[in-house]
Amino acid sequence: MTPAEPITGPRSRHPLEERSPCRKPQSFMEIDRLGLHYGEKPAFQDVTLSISKGRITALVGPSGCGKTSFLICLNRLTDLIAGCRVSGRITIDALDVLAPGTDLIQLRRRIGMIFQKPNPFPLTIRRNIEFPLREHGLRDRGQIIQTMETTLRDVGLWDEVKDRLDSPALALSGGQQQRLCIARALALSPEVLLMDEPCSALDPLSSGVVEDLIASLRSRYTILIVTHNLAQARRIADYAALFWIQNGAGRLIETGTARQFFEEPHDPLTAAYVSGMRG
Amino acid sequence: MVETLNRSQTPREWLAFALVWGAAALVTATFCWLLGDIVWHGLGHVSWTFLTAPPENAGRRGGIGPILVSTSLILGVCLTVSLPIGIGTAVFLAEFTSDQSQFGRMTRRSLDILAGVPSIVFGLFGNAFFCKTLGLGFSILSGGLTLACMVLPILIRSTEEGFRAVPASYRLSAAALGLSRTTTLVHLLLPAAVPGLLVGLVLGVGRAIAETAALIFTSGYVDRMPESLLDSGRALSIHIFDLSMNVSGGDANAYASSLVLVILLLAINGIASAVTTYGLHRKIVRV
Repeated sequence: MTPAEPITGPRSRHPLEERSPCRKPQSFMEIDRLGLHYGEKPAFQDVTLSISKGRITALVGPSGCGKTSFLICLNRLTDLIAGCRVSGRITIDALDVLAPGTDLIQLRRRIGMIFQKPNPFPLTIRRNIEFPLREHGLRDRGQIIQTMETTLRDVGLWDEVKDRLDSPALALSGGQQQRLCIARALALSPEVLLMDEPCSALDPLSSGVVEDLIASLRSRYTILIVTHNLAQARRIADYAALFWIQNGAGRLIETGTARQFFEEPHDPLTAAYVSGMRG
Repeated sequence: MVETLNRSQTPREWLAFALVWGAAALVTATFCWLLGDIVWHGLGHVSWTFLTAPPENAGRRGGIGPILVSTSLILGVCLTVSLPIGIGTAVFLAEFTSDQSQFGRMTRRSLDILAGVPSIVFGLFGNAFFCKTLGLGFSILSGGLTLACMVLPILIRSTEEGFRAVPASYRLSAAALGLSRTTTLVHLLLPAAVPGLLVGLVLGVGRAIAETAALIFTSGYVDRMPESLLDSGRALSIHIFDLSMNVSGGDANAYASSLVLVILLLAINGIASAVTTYGLHRKIVRV
């Protein structure tokens, strides 16, 4: 990883100012000239973006333009990939994400992630939620049960599974598994949720349920969602960003509020994409 | 899909079918003949007394009590040493080195070569190193350690395969939840890799329990009840070898001992697959 360059400008705001209650959405996560290489091959380059707190930001664009790679930079899952280099700077609430000394366990506790394919652990439903909680130091039995019930209710799964908490998580349907994964992430009370096409591996009905769930999490969590489904992005997103491949690497083409992005796009590429003429 | 023959097929295909079926039938028949022979000649002599009594008159009469004890002790030493080292190395190879790493490749290559080394070579090595250099003499300990060296390559490679068979999504989702590498390893990867480990264990124990050449030079011949791990002890396979080669009139007990050995092997196989099916449900629940 190349050392991040020092930054100046709007990011070096006083931290208290960030936390103060404010009606206008605050910039919460600042991404500055972020780029990622797998070996010599660039996945995406030069992405500068600020993410508003408590809002849903949708990342759209064709396959292979670096949306997922962008997402996994934010919780540093890139560290698990051999030969992967990240450059640029990411700050979340004054925390320098890419700094070598960053506590990854704490970082990933603050930033939950939902993957494209539901991936509950091959444990019971109960253990799926309990296990990460215990590992993060929650020992109190009552509190664990309380958290489990709250998060399972949050994702609308409680009534479906409360009588079979000790049956295998993998026996649930795809949509239920995905909601369990969301509950598992919520149980750690993260501030940010990264979602990598969370509905694309689900049938239309389950997909609708998960989509409604995501919309209901707005304002409590800052959500970044990668989706190929433009209609979905239009329905749930507050902000949208278009990624596109230019000169062999993914680039951020346009970003803005969902209304502006879909109704009055500035970039001709965005206009062509949202109208279904490209991509 | 199973294909069946019909009249329209050419003689060439008939020939191919005949060869394939013939080969399979030959293998099955050989196994059945071998097993049948052992059961036929051995079953009459196996009794509780045979399993518990000491051998008499060089094994012609009496039982195999002390021999079973020595065999289990040798196996116990072998597993106590090889399991931790084996699992450790497998974890290292599967989780801590990349496929490109020079050291990982070297380790794998040397394990593959070791797995093909004839057991008599392990026996000579064990005799030179454990018995003489370390001064353990002809003992159960020397025998068990030698067997451990023999079993390790098989155990490590199949445990490594077990780890590699665990979907990468477990590692990613565990990391995304902020779980440490150790936690992920102990609570998720290890239980999920147990089937591979058990395959290695069954193959390894099978090789160890049937081993003769490596033990002749290390754990010795003495057929009395061992008093400690530093005592010499005769393993079941050596007993069978001795009865059938060196003791005239020992055939009946050799058959009975072979039958016991075969039953032990089948039992170990059965237990291992039962553990995979039922025991794992405490940790890992598959559908």
